[in-house]
Amino acid sequence: MQTQAKTNESPVMEIRGLTQNFGGLKAVSDFNVQLKKNELSGLIGPNGAGKTTIFNLVSGFYQPSEGEILIGGVPTAGLKPHKVTSLGVGRTFQNIRLWNDMTVLDNIRVAQHSQLNYGFFHSVIRSKLYHQREKEITENASELLNVFDLMKYADDFPKNLPYGTQRKLEIARALSSHPKLLLLDEPAAGLNSADSKDLIRLIRWIHETFDVTIWMIEHHMDVMMELCTQIKVIDFGETIAEGSAEHVRNHPAVMTAYLGDENI
Amino acid sequence: MKKYTLNILLVIFAIGLLFAAHFRMIDGYIQIVVMTIGINIMMSTSLNLVNGNMGEFTCGHAAFMCIGAYISSILSVLCFGSHFGEPLLPAASVVIVFPIILLIGGVVAAISSLLVSIPSFKTRDDYLAIISIAVNYMIISAIQNMDFIGGSRGFQGMKGTVWAMVDIFDGPWMLFWVINFTVFTIWVIRRFISSTYGKGVNAICQDEVAAEIMSVNTNKIKIINFMLAAGLAGCAGGLYAHIIGYVNPQSFNILKSTEALVMVYLGGMGSLSGAIMSAIIFTGLLEVLRSQAIIDILISPATFVFPDWEPTAGVIKWVMIPLLLIIVMQFRPEGIMGNRELGDVFPWLKKFYRFK
Repeated sequence: MQTQAKTNESPVMEIRGLTQNFGGLKAVSDFNVQLKKNELSGLIGPNGAGKTTIFNLVSGFYQPSEGEILIGGVPTAGLKPHKVTSLGVGRTFQNIRLWNDMTVLDNIRVAQHSQLNYGFFHSVIRSKLYHQREKEITENASELLNVFDLMKYADDFPKNLPYGTQRKLEIARALSSHPKLLLLDEPAAGLNSADSKDLIRLIRWIHETFDVTIWMIEHHMDVMMELCTQIKVIDFGETIAEGSAEHVRNHPAVMTAYLGDENI
Repeated sequence: MKKYTLNILLVIFAIGLLFAAHFRMIDGYIQIVVMTIGINIMMSTSLNLVNGNMGEFTCGHAAFMCIGAYISSILSVLCFGSHFGEPLLPAASVVIVFPIILLIGGVVAAISSLLVSIPSFKTRDDYLAIISIAVNYMIISAIQNMDFIGGSRGFQGMKGTVWAMVDIFDGPWMLFWVINFTVFTIWVIRRFISSTYGKGVNAICQDEVAAEIMSVNTNKIKIINFMLAAGLAGCAGGLYAHIIGYVNPQSFNILKSTEALVMVYLGGMGSLSGAIMSAIIFTGLLEVLRSQAIIDILISPATFVFPDWEPTAGVIKWVMIPLLLIIVMQFRPEGIMGNRELGDVFPWLKKFYRFK
């Protein structure tokens, strides 16, 4: 019954007719998607297909040339990236972008910047509000690190951690502001097959534990096939296929995009 | 009690310094050197906020010192001097009004820092450095062409305010204010930079894109950081003007900005204690290099090659300081402290102080 109620809610994210031109290049054209609550879906495509551009559009780095993006029903047009993040979007990056000269704990704490609710003067006079908020944020960060089993690295610098742990930390950091939507940009990039097995388990576990909608870009087909219920395939900015993993895998347009046309 | 050892020692040192100055145990020259150290600490720690903690490269910090110096000098002459007509305030109020005047100078300097911080939304690195030099020149040229405050002849009359304080109580007032404002500067910077809010500055330095995505309002943090740095430099300028008793736009030119830069890079980027230490070392070095006798010894090997060369101390100073910078960059590019604080380098020190 409850699941029925949830599916009737407005979508967590909706993209309508999204188009992005870079000069003469059409990086994305007429892209549409709807992500329902708690959905785990994927976006694939060959290199340069425009996947990361779509993520950058969603997180507010670029303003779309046409079309609109709604996060929880709120249009994001004209919003700065930090405002979009406050609407409940967390994301990771293709190449890990942690703050390497800050401790792991501080990485998670600073990522909650929008929830600080105190300003410069509170930080200088160290008011009651300051102490209260700092305490809450530190507790929240410690809890998150505990859940991710990263507490033992709390005082280490991210640059000294193993690659797989850095990936995990980046996902933890993206989750620190309790987003409704989590964008993962190639989380398995640079991981060996054992690590990517762990990653599959991790993502599935996050999906169940944090009550979050996940949208991911990935090149590793095995990861995609195992995790995603819905997959969209784009090439040169155009949507060429969508559907379940099985459907997409055998779709002729997808095969052409990835492997080339056999008639050539 | 043990954990406040260092704090108590510092307080005792400051009070001892004031007493020594009051009872003429240290002469005026030493007092001037101590005050210069204080002002240089303010300059280097505040510039360190921008160049060290935020990782932007600005080299026009003296511009904000200039604005602070001029604004507080003008206010001080308006309130207690006769240059612009009758004094606005009774001389008895000077002890309360003087720090307010300095803070107003700081606030105006902070507002003027928008000239650098707004372009910094879009530009970084070399381009921002060019903008900051441009702002430095703009401000100096503007003041040079304002005849009602002396133009390029400079502006004076602030000593009257200092004398008014001496009339109330005959003591080393300027030393007192310099110590207070230096402590205030370090206190504000430390509190700001160690809060999660202020750590947004470090996040911008390390990865601005990630900072923006992780909900740090980078533009706002940049403005606040630039304003804080410029405001504190403005306070330093006000103190400087009242110590010397005379300001001239050309004393805040690019050479003054370079002094602040040298201190930051000598101390280590992003290290508050490094900036303090390098300000002390640098000021001491400047004073030592002022002695003609030492310069003669240092230069004596060169006189074999150039027998007719008789350099003066004032010129050689600007050979030695850049040379020092080259040596530091060659052998210890991260500066004396790197980006660490004193407590990180010597963990046992942490037992002896609490700075909140």
